[in-house]
Amino acid sequence: MSKKNLSLSTQQKVRKSLSSRYKKETLFQYFGLSSLSVGIIFLVIFFYSVLSQGFSAFTQTYISLKVDFSDNLVVKNNKIDSIDSNFDAIIRSALRERFPEVNNRRDRRELYKLISIGAVYQLIDHLDMSPGDVGSREILSFPTSSDVDMYVKGNIDRKLDESKRTISNNQMMWIDELVEKGEIKMKFNSALFSNGDSREPELAGIYSALKGSFLMLFITLIVSFPVGIAAAIYLEEFAPKNKISDLIEVNINNLAAVPSIVFGLLGLAVFINWFGIPRSSPLVGGLVLSLLTLPVIIISSRAAITAIPPSIKEAALGVGASHMQVVAHHILPLAFPGMLTGAIIGMSRALGESAPLLMIGMVAFIVDIPSVITDPSSALPVQIYLWADSPERAFAERTSAAIIILLGFLLTMNLLAIYLRKKFERKW
Amino acid sequence: MLRKSLLYMSLFLYCLFYGGFANSQASRDYISIVGSSTVYPFTTVAAERYGRSTNFKTPKVESTGSGGGLKLFCGGIGAQHPDITNSSRAIKDSEIRLCAENGISEIIEVKIGYDGIVLSNSLEAKSFNLTLKEIFLALAKNIPDASGKIISNPYQKWNEINPKLPDQAIEIMGPPPTSGTRDAFVELAMEGGCKAFSSIRDLKNSNGDRYKSICHGIREDGAFIEAGENDNLIIQKLETNPNALGIFGYSFLDQNNDKVKGTLVDSVEPTFENIAEGSYPISRPLYFYVKKAHVGVIPGLKEFLREFTSERAWGEDGYLSDRGLIPMPDEERFMVGEAVNSLTAM
Repeated sequence: MSKKNLSLSTQQKVRKSLSSRYKKETLFQYFGLSSLSVGIIFLVIFFYSVLSQGFSAFTQTYISLKVDFSDNLVVKNNKIDSIDSNFDAIIRSALRERFPEVNNRRDRRELYKLISIGAVYQLIDHLDMSPGDVGSREILSFPTSSDVDMYVKGNIDRKLDESKRTISNNQMMWIDELVEKGEIKMKFNSALFSNGDSREPELAGIYSALKGSFLMLFITLIVSFPVGIAAAIYLEEFAPKNKISDLIEVNINNLAAVPSIVFGLLGLAVFINWFGIPRSSPLVGGLVLSLLTLPVIIISSRAAITAIPPSIKEAALGVGASHMQVVAHHILPLAFPGMLTGAIIGMSRALGESAPLLMIGMVAFIVDIPSVITDPSSALPVQIYLWADSPERAFAERTSAAIIILLGFLLTMNLLAIYLRKKFERKW
Repeated sequence: MLRKSLLYMSLFLYCLFYGGFANSQASRDYISIVGSSTVYPFTTVAAERYGRSTNFKTPKVESTGSGGGLKLFCGGIGAQHPDITNSSRAIKDSEIRLCAENGISEIIEVKIGYDGIVLSNSLEAKSFNLTLKEIFLALAKNIPDASGKIISNPYQKWNEINPKLPDQAIEIMGPPPTSGTRDAFVELAMEGGCKAFSSIRDLKNSNGDRYKSICHGIREDGAFIEAGENDNLIIQKLETNPNALGIFGYSFLDQNNDKVKGTLVDSVEPTFENIAEGSYPISRPLYFYVKKAHVGVIPGLKEFLREFTSERAWGEDGYLSDRGLIPMPDEERFMVGEAVNSLTAM
């Protein structure tokens, strides 16, 4: 220590170090602020790219055509015979009528490709609903094929050489004419919400995946919530504090950090190979996901129980309540909001999981909507993965749309968790 | 109260575990398909059309990779095992043995057509015309030098391999080793180019392992970039990086003609016609395998085979060719179709 330093009073010392201490504080603030802004920038980029790409998937181009129900239909016993009736021909003749100048075979084939193959199924449904239309002429609107959809949405560059486009010059001319006359219109893409998966982008929907996810979360909730709460209460209130309970605690914390694919392998070995639960069913998916959420629920439930002031428990014991009564009448009701929040956060994690589902066969092409928990089904994140991997261009925007929907559900669940916490939170 | 709820709980679990799926497992009313991710886009289209045009349920198609699919397929006979597995290569002897051990003695092989593997780059970049030998020299980990000695690959730029090629860094994106596309690419393109060296060709008989390690080894110094199984991602990267080449299946080139173009291999352009007639060198047959014992047990299996082998599906102008499957020649198609529909096992 130099003499000079010794001669300084405490006040002087403080004053001298003041500026450097302030500097450190501002530096730290800037550091924090810049990390926050990096996070925000990434979030904005992510949202921008998903929203800008996915937004157009909520609309779909439809083409209006005058179809003639007087020809090509075979009616037997007052019912339309779907095997002998030629629905394809009805749509084709409607297109030919709209463009009578197209008469060579090759051009006609191109013309037919304007319309989605789903038009036929729509026609069948329409006739099922209103069989009185047989013999008349109706103007119906059909989804266009995904290439037309992409073209109308401006995702195909018309200046490119014809061989490099999925739309030919002729098709471009027809589409331009139809758009000009208002016969091709954009409508809300209801197929996206009501259909199962499909390899035709214009028919593909997330309904089967969504329903699969809900069935799975239902199983996860009824399995992991009661088990998780019971385990937490036992560990907090009844279990003797010894080496074994310490070991269990360490293991539970450890399980919460295990990569989710491991649970998938476990599910494959135990639930499918040993118990014989059908592959790809929401039942096995829900059981695997409940293994995944169980540690989260146990940990958050224990935290909720420990947050209750011991005085409440002691008072109850003091007036003669049994241990069981203390738990049922005081601990459980007071800790329940916290447990619920933990469960919802665990559920939202389960909703976004796809890795464990890979092992149990839920990464699959499922068209039919699952109705019971043993039907094959996929899940929302799986659907995103499958669409992202499809070669057809129109799936790119549908992938983003599915991400938007998944984000919407996650946001809703997390908001619900916050709302419940705020509403039922008690301060002591 | 506690005892009652415990009773209900165990009853519920009992129903769940025995009543619920013990029955559903005994029979299955939909077809279960597993296997190759390369065949997946074709099978799913056929499955969807079949599901929509018949009263049967739409088959469930999982993408597990060829090897994983065959392993599941050979697991045994019964509703819990898949009926069909897709494969981007022919079944191996070891897999046939595994199947036989588990009681699957009769397997129907269905060859569905061909698939080309393409090297592509951005439309803005210059077109490449590579020989198989040049592809090998650009991608191999170890290559023979002028005297035939094996050295680690020194080439960093294309024009170092052949002065006619552009003066730009070698940068190739491709699938990881788990992919069937990678296997086929290594076998057809790398090994094909490797065999052009007489010194290595001789090695094949004298030291098979060494031959394989030279011909199948892909460099790890950054010139080859593993881009994951997602081919759309490779195309996106090619768009932003005109210097790079990407390796993927022909169907992706077909769908993205406005973004990327195919590299000529041995001066042959990867087009539908060239792959179909066999002049494009990097192409392979695709298959699926059917368990004969499941025909007649799982409803609709026979009808599904008929749909897949119908002219409107796998024919010249069928809907599968719209998706990039290269159909077999008429005669072969007819022969395979006959054999399949009469359920002739291998």
